[in-house]
Amino acid sequence: MTSQPSHAQAAGDAMISMAGVEKWYGDFKALTDIDLSVRTGERIVLCGPSGSGKSTLIRCINHLEAYQKGEIRVGGTLLGDDARAIDAIRREVGMVFQHFNLFPHMTVLQNCMLAPMRSLRASKAEAEATARRLLARVKILEQAEKYPAQLSGGQQQRVAIARALCMQPKVMLFDEPTSALDPEMVKEVLDTMIALAEEGMTMICVTHEMGFARQVADRVIFMASGAIVEEAPPAEFFTAPRHERTRKFLGEILRKH
Amino acid sequence: MNYKLDFTPVLEGLPSLLAACLGTFALALGGMALAIVIGIGGVMLRDSRIAPVRWFIKSFVEVIRNTPFLVQIYFIYFALPLAGLRLDPTPTAIIALGINGGAYAIEIIRGGVQSISRGQIEAGLALGLHKTQVFRLIVLKPALRAIFPSLTSQFVLLTLTTSIASAISAYELTSVAQQIETSSFRSFEVYGVVTVFYLVISWLMMRGFGLISARYFSYPVK
Repeated sequence: MTSQPSHAQAAGDAMISMAGVEKWYGDFKALTDIDLSVRTGERIVLCGPSGSGKSTLIRCINHLEAYQKGEIRVGGTLLGDDARAIDAIRREVGMVFQHFNLFPHMTVLQNCMLAPMRSLRASKAEAEATARRLLARVKILEQAEKYPAQLSGGQQQRVAIARALCMQPKVMLFDEPTSALDPEMVKEVLDTMIALAEEGMTMICVTHEMGFARQVADRVIFMASGAIVEEAPPAEFFTAPRHERTRKFLGEILRKH
Repeated sequence: MNYKLDFTPVLEGLPSLLAACLGTFALALGGMALAIVIGIGGVMLRDSRIAPVRWFIKSFVEVIRNTPFLVQIYFIYFALPLAGLRLDPTPTAIIALGINGGAYAIEIIRGGVQSISRGQIEAGLALGLHKTQVFRLIVLKPALRAIFPSLTSQFVLLTLTTSIASAISAYELTSVAQQIETSSFRSFEVYGVVTVFYLVISWLMMRGFGLISARYFSYPVK
């Protein structure tokens, strides 16, 4: 399988733009002067040591974290303190979490129907049709009537991806989607993400799955200490990293695999 | 002991005692309904953006939990009429039970809400749901499930507390028993039978809560 750079090249408009973004937790500076522009259809992989701010960065994009300085725009809408803008952006930005966060008291189908019905005011029939279509797409439709606790980790994460897709998002954020999975379940989730990338979804993935990065990323971004250290297309990033910290990180992470 | 058991007055009073059990149920169910509304509403308002609202809820819980129920019910029945609010014994008892049970329910339900992981809330927000929708649709049910045994025992306690409403002559089991005892002096028999009745009422309540739990909280968890 080859990546499809045509998506990124065809659309020149910035889906997400971050300019001079800074975030503080009290006295601790979690993000330093982040400039990042993501075009429609682009696939970004964010990596870096733990505590480098990569999760914090993507959590700022849907305002799960507030930022104190700079500017974030999603699809042209400024993400500030205006609750309506935040809601509007969240409806267009899907997120997949490390620990799945499926709602335990709802079946797989109900998990997928909840937000479209409550947030987009879709009818029950509409929401169910969308949910079934997307559950089929992540190859888990046969589990639609089960509860999350009855599924394996890999299955739960695929449901979580389908649940986010049910909102018809323009961007998908993945926050270490395979880190909590047993090794034998990583592949089914990555395959789902690869398929999504090939369909042209704009994606930002925080992950240490370097095989995935090589295969689908348009750009790999390396972060350390809350700042972007280096960004490059995967071929360049993996073969000729410019910074010492990147080399050290890649040495450590590639040795593990 | 030369006390001879004589159940005749109790047997004669049995229809009115059984009817009074319905009065006890009415007070208990009314009090619980109000308590659950106060409990859930109080938990939501406890984290309100408006500081005086948060302050009011916290003070309410402290005042109610640190004063005797008898004083609370007397306050509503005898003191509030002086401020122009006069209520009959039964509504007074339901309101007092609801307020008292509600203060305890706030603390119990709050514990359940705190047991819900931050990730659940974030997942709801990330899907574009409002804060109140997240609470109502995502947090509330698992939170109630987590604390349902505690809530059950609190509500059984509330059921038994209805007997204190006899102090303002609300229509319930203990006050009817008192009337029979006063006219017959058959204390042992009357309160013996009433004790059994309360045991049965408590058991029915627990059974009812067990059925609710099986109906609404039976989804599987790991």
